[in-house]
Amino acid sequence: MTFKPKIIVFCCNWCAYAGGDLAGISRYQIKPYFRVIRTMCSARVDPEWIMEAFRLGADGVMVAGCHPGDCHYIGGNYRTRRRIALLRCLLGQFGLNQERLGLAWISAGEAEKFATTMNDFIECITELGPSPYRKTTADTQSAGLAKEAADV
Amino acid sequence: MHFKRARVCDVYKRETILQKDHKMGTQKNSDSELIVKYAPETGEVAEEEFDMVVLSVGLEPSERQRRLASRLGIRLDPNGFIWTNSLRPLETSRPGIFIGGTASGPKDIPETVIQASGTAGKASQLLVEVRGTLTLEREFPPEKDVSEQEPRIGVFVCHCGTNIGSVVDVPATAQYAKSLPYVVYAEDNLYTCSQDTQDHIREMIAEYNLNRVVVASCSPRTHEPLFQQTLCEAGLNPHLFEMANIRDQCSWIHMNRPQDATEKARDLVRMAVAKVALVEPLAAASLDVTPSALVIGGGLAGMTAALSLAKQGFEVVLVERQKQLGGTLKDLRSIFAEPNVRAYLQQIKEHVQKHKNIALYTSTEVESVEGFVGNFESTLKTGSKEKMVKYGVIIVATGGNEHKPDEYLFGQDKRVITQLQLEDLLSCTEPLSGVKTLVMIQCVGSREQEHMYCSRVCCSTAVKNALKIKELSPEAEVYILYRDIRTYGFNEEYFQAARDKGVIFVRYEADNKPKVTNKGALKLTVHELLLDRELVLEPDLLVLSSRIDPDSGNEALAQMLKVPMNEDGFLLEAHVKLRPVEFATEGIFVAGLAHSPKSMAETIAQAEAAAAKACTIISKDKYKAEPTIAAVNEDLCDGCGICVPVCEYNALEIADRPGGKEEEKIVQINEAMCKGCGGCVAACPSGAMEQKGFKNEQMLAMIKASLVD
Repeated sequence: MTFKPKIIVFCCNWCAYAGGDLAGISRYQIKPYFRVIRTMCSARVDPEWIMEAFRLGADGVMVAGCHPGDCHYIGGNYRTRRRIALLRCLLGQFGLNQERLGLAWISAGEAEKFATTMNDFIECITELGPSPYRKTTADTQSAGLAKEAADV
Repeated sequence: MHFKRARVCDVYKRETILQKDHKMGTQKNSDSELIVKYAPETGEVAEEEFDMVVLSVGLEPSERQRRLASRLGIRLDPNGFIWTNSLRPLETSRPGIFIGGTASGPKDIPETVIQASGTAGKASQLLVEVRGTLTLEREFPPEKDVSEQEPRIGVFVCHCGTNIGSVVDVPATAQYAKSLPYVVYAEDNLYTCSQDTQDHIREMIAEYNLNRVVVASCSPRTHEPLFQQTLCEAGLNPHLFEMANIRDQCSWIHMNRPQDATEKARDLVRMAVAKVALVEPLAAASLDVTPSALVIGGGLAGMTAALSLAKQGFEVVLVERQKQLGGTLKDLRSIFAEPNVRAYLQQIKEHVQKHKNIALYTSTEVESVEGFVGNFESTLKTGSKEKMVKYGVIIVATGGNEHKPDEYLFGQDKRVITQLQLEDLLSCTEPLSGVKTLVMIQCVGSREQEHMYCSRVCCSTAVKNALKIKELSPEAEVYILYRDIRTYGFNEEYFQAARDKGVIFVRYEADNKPKVTNKGALKLTVHELLLDRELVLEPDLLVLSSRIDPDSGNEALAQMLKVPMNEDGFLLEAHVKLRPVEFATEGIFVAGLAHSPKSMAETIAQAEAAAAKACTIISKDKYKAEPTIAAVNEDLCDGCGICVPVCEYNALEIADRPGGKEEEKIVQINEAMCKGCGGCVAACPSGAMEQKGFKNEQMLAMIKASLVD
């Protein structure tokens, strides 16, 4: 059975989420293996949430916000960028491949970029295989062998 | 990227036959190249192949505009654009009809947005008497207190016609919703946003005593306000509501995968239910507003803004540092469209001095600014006297000034002057007696190390003064040494006129500036690029087009107001294109040279726009803050202050803990200034900071619900 990744995407209200809406309006077709959680600004996304998501079995987490310089709240996305960069460095210590955490800048008008980013990320996570944190053996078994490379 | 100065002679396709089929006598595989033939500034005519040629075309008025102008009875200019007067850039030839944007001439986005706000302000000035008379206040029933109740969630899943229903199994999703914790009612609707369904939702809220609602349909960016209003009408706080986007971000993007789309819809509903179970009622703070304004600076921008606000019925405190009003405008004599700027200045000064709504303070400085939008307080200092004033908004119009050059012998030789000094000179009697040769140098102190910006108006000023000189003294030789000629918009026509009148334009490059010596007569040497020779001139008068500097007080003022400056020392707006007259800090606006070098027309438009924007705050009784703002758990906060620099809006301050021991600190949140981004919440190391409506426990519940069924 093919592995169906579980991916959470945090989208900021003003850019990334709006880009997602536009992707829908434009009928871009995207693989269904992601769930969007909306915040007002990507700077609201707490690194703790991301770790909790991985702990509960997420195979991939993406944070999407406004392009640098265009943040609706002026400079929120600069904080996001630094936090995610730092968190990525720490993922290896938790036994997770850094590639499982993604960061993207998607503006409200970038419908195609939203679709491409999601599809590409889903493909990347599919290749990485299920997260080593997947709870049940049935889960890991049915998903095939995990290709985990822990970069410490 | 290569930058080449050249005149394009031709653009053509060159066909090459790559293969000839001798048997058939036909041509096979011909290829074509795109060739540009051009004459560079120096050297031979050349041809070069390119993959693509992009033409920078101009803007022209449409035929429809001509017809519209005729119907409206407003004048067109010779180019077919809507005519305006430089000193009244937002008015057409007919009173009561205002204009902005490219209809009145080519311009970029910031100028268009500025003019748009300005025209709204002009219109508003005419409607002062009737402001608010057509406004209706919506009445809602009193909000029920649900704080003691367990969540009772109602879920409404929408078909949206076939938009959702043809992909997602909507009835099954509604059925599934019933199985979720705290859901006491669930149904599916054809169109949840229809009036019928709104009425029905209100009935269900009453019948099932619902205290939370989830709507699974389109994007919250589409209909959240609509559904929130329905909740208000049913006596529920509008924040006891969540949406699941099962259309734009589900059925529409997974059109051929109904099973996956349905599974996703279930997950999204489960996530929304998990969050809404934990949300609390929220109220936006409603603050009093002082319906008056402080305008800092009594130049063209300051006076224009003050008059605009005064005409709209608001009290204005206008503060000017110098003894006289006018700022840089005092030094101008004429502009292209208006030969008597002095008269204009006199007129506007009188209007300001006479207007009953304007309290004018000259020789006065602003010592301090305390407070926040709608509620500011300042100390003004005039000599040794101090005065306290309260007001709701601030317009910063502190201006700029002509930089005094430190090159080309300026300050060392009386014959070397600036454009403003030239203007003064030209208004005297017999100003050019003894002046046979006059040379102007453009871009003095501009577009080079440390001051890379262009001062925008100097090319137009030079051309204007050159034309005046030719008028007064046709035999005088006038040279303009330039790097680029930027007589933008309709001023290009004056540039052509200057050339026709015999003004000689000589281009120089930044790395080979003209050299000036004065052993006796002034001697100027410049490398003439077309002739590839040194040109030696002996000007009787050397005029320098010097850059515009921001006011020296900007740095101190920026700190006082907590607004940013750009790298050149001008005050930085919230967004170059979309918010060109305001700062990120709410309630503070900017206009004129304080923002950037600009013409009189541009200054007037920006001042009108700043006043118009300021009015959106002081025309209301109350200022409504955001409801989804930061809130601190006072038990957990130890005043570490990590959150403070994260806030872009200066809404956070570390203060002494009230009633606490000595040295105990805590963060204080200004509810009017917090815009609800949540950046401080993620930064807080102790978990003391929260964002209402996006609390950690709510978001973690959503995350869990997305991964665990």
